[in-house]
Amino acid sequence: MLRISDLSFRYTQKPILSDVSFSVEPGQLCGLFGPNGSGKTTLFKCCLRFLPIEQGSIRMNSVDVSSRSVEELAKTVAYVPQEHKPPFPYLSREVVLMGRTPHIKGFFGIKRQDKQIARDAMDQLDILDIADEPYNQLSGGQRQMVLMARAIAQDTPLLFLDEPTSALDFQNQMKIWGLMEDIVAEGKTILACSHDPNHVAWFCDKVIVISNHGIVGEGMPDETINQDILDRIYHNTCSVCSNSGVPMVMPKKVALRMENY
Amino acid sequence: MLAERHINKIIDKLGYERHDDFSERRKIFIIFILLGLVILAGVISLTLGAYNISVDLVYKTLFIHLTMGDISSISKLHNTIIWDIRFPRLILAISVGGALAIAGAVFQSVFRNPLVEPYILGVSSGAAFGAALGILFHSIFFSIQIFAFIFATLAVVFAYSLARVRGQTPIVTLILAGVIVGSIFSALVSFLKYIANDSALREIVFWLMGGFYYASWNDVIMLTPMVLIGLIILWSLAWKLNILSMGDEEARTLGVSPEKNKAIVIAIATAVTAFSVSLVGIIAWVGLMMPHASRLLLGPDNRFVIPACFLMGAFYLLVCDTLARTITMTEIPIGIITSLLGAPYLCYLLRNKGKSILG
Repeated sequence: MLRISDLSFRYTQKPILSDVSFSVEPGQLCGLFGPNGSGKTTLFKCCLRFLPIEQGSIRMNSVDVSSRSVEELAKTVAYVPQEHKPPFPYLSREVVLMGRTPHIKGFFGIKRQDKQIARDAMDQLDILDIADEPYNQLSGGQRQMVLMARAIAQDTPLLFLDEPTSALDFQNQMKIWGLMEDIVAEGKTILACSHDPNHVAWFCDKVIVISNHGIVGEGMPDETINQDILDRIYHNTCSVCSNSGVPMVMPKKVALRMENY
Repeated sequence: MLAERHINKIIDKLGYERHDDFSERRKIFIIFILLGLVILAGVISLTLGAYNISVDLVYKTLFIHLTMGDISSISKLHNTIIWDIRFPRLILAISVGGALAIAGAVFQSVFRNPLVEPYILGVSSGAAFGAALGILFHSIFFSIQIFAFIFATLAVVFAYSLARVRGQTPIVTLILAGVIVGSIFSALVSFLKYIANDSALREIVFWLMGGFYYASWNDVIMLTPMVLIGLIILWSLAWKLNILSMGDEEARTLGVSPEKNKAIVIAIATAVTAFSVSLVGIIAWVGLMMPHASRLLLGPDNRFVIPACFLMGAFYLLVCDTLARTITMTEIPIGIITSLLGAPYLCYLLRNKGKSILG
């Protein structure tokens, strides 16, 4: 579904990504995992052609993205950005409806069907109660839920989610991860980045661990989220335990407390 | 009944919600009320003026003209005042008001800034320079209007190309470029004022304040079709305008090319502004205020804001122009009235409803 080969990108002098290659198969929920400033968002932005790549190629559905128009790309991939706040008080349901834009044809082409899809997407996330509230006056977490609903309404085979649970409470985090599992069960593909190693280990089908400029690990979550890799990217701050086969990543101090007990 | 069914059909066709969604129906209703207000204001405005003509005579004259009847039953003086002075002036005020208001709405959306007005890219200073040249050096720059238009367009093209870096036009650079170009042309206007003699200086100052004193059918023929076409195109792009107001990256992910669409809507908004300004001078406030007022009434969705804005701008300028030509014996430049009425209103908006329009 998504194949990235030898991707490099730099902001004027500073190299951010160099020779990054990986691929995500259709129907996979792939976690992108790495410390702050390792280039996760930059990678998304390169794939979406917000940023001009220095070298390498990005293929979605076996088609190179550089040969695609903005309209075509929007039918292939939906993106949930980390944080953004528009200046005008659009209602939440209008923001979700904006997700239908790539499918809208003609001048006044917003059909009842599009509105129904937008409503269903909000229903799926249980956010119909904020449908009529101005989007830019919501809390960060609520905005994140609205953007998620928008991505679902966009109905694309591929979804890029940039830290979709960063501002959410525990219940909503689980809701979003559950939703992502449902989405890939429909045959869609998700590339989501996250800062929680546990979430990645528990919910993803595949993990790509990225550190400054490059990939340091790739594969099944159980194998990839291991002591060695976490030590390398987080400098000996966590320890990986296993609780009846379920991996658990904990701060080293807390793990010590457990051992002493 | 039939009319209602017909309207409902049109509403369906345009893609607005009418059944289970109360608010969109309410918005359409408000737009129809605004349309009614503009017509009402026009009807009243036509009967007012320095020269007293009875109401029934005014409408008789209008009726004869609109039905292509025999005009010789009306005295020539009355005919001239009603049909050749008041009526084109009314149409022109509606067109200019609407044009400036929709241009304002477009610029505010594209620049993602509710404090932007249509003159942000230097249209007004460019037009002022062109007009001043036309007034001072009439033998070379033979037409005030044409040169106002040329320099207005030139200023925007200049600002736009100044802001364009590597195929992209970031908003901040665009606004800065507009400020730069605007101040260059303002300085040039000041220079022209400095070298002008007294009567030319007076004329420049008057032009800068704007007004419809010389409104004629020629102006209407030049401006009105152009504004209506601009309105239709911008209205049809209203949804894309919503997307653009979310930001460039957002627009891209939603399949709306920001560069292409920004260029199109800015070009149209600039064209209608430049045309209006070159015909009637610089009229402040309409372009800043009307978009806010319509957003307050209808929410930020441009599919409603654009038509509402057009009607409110038309209404506002019609009222201001009627006041300008009736409250004293001599005419007051309309720019003075729009500002005097507009500033307190905007102040009220910001104080009381600031949160709901500015977020």
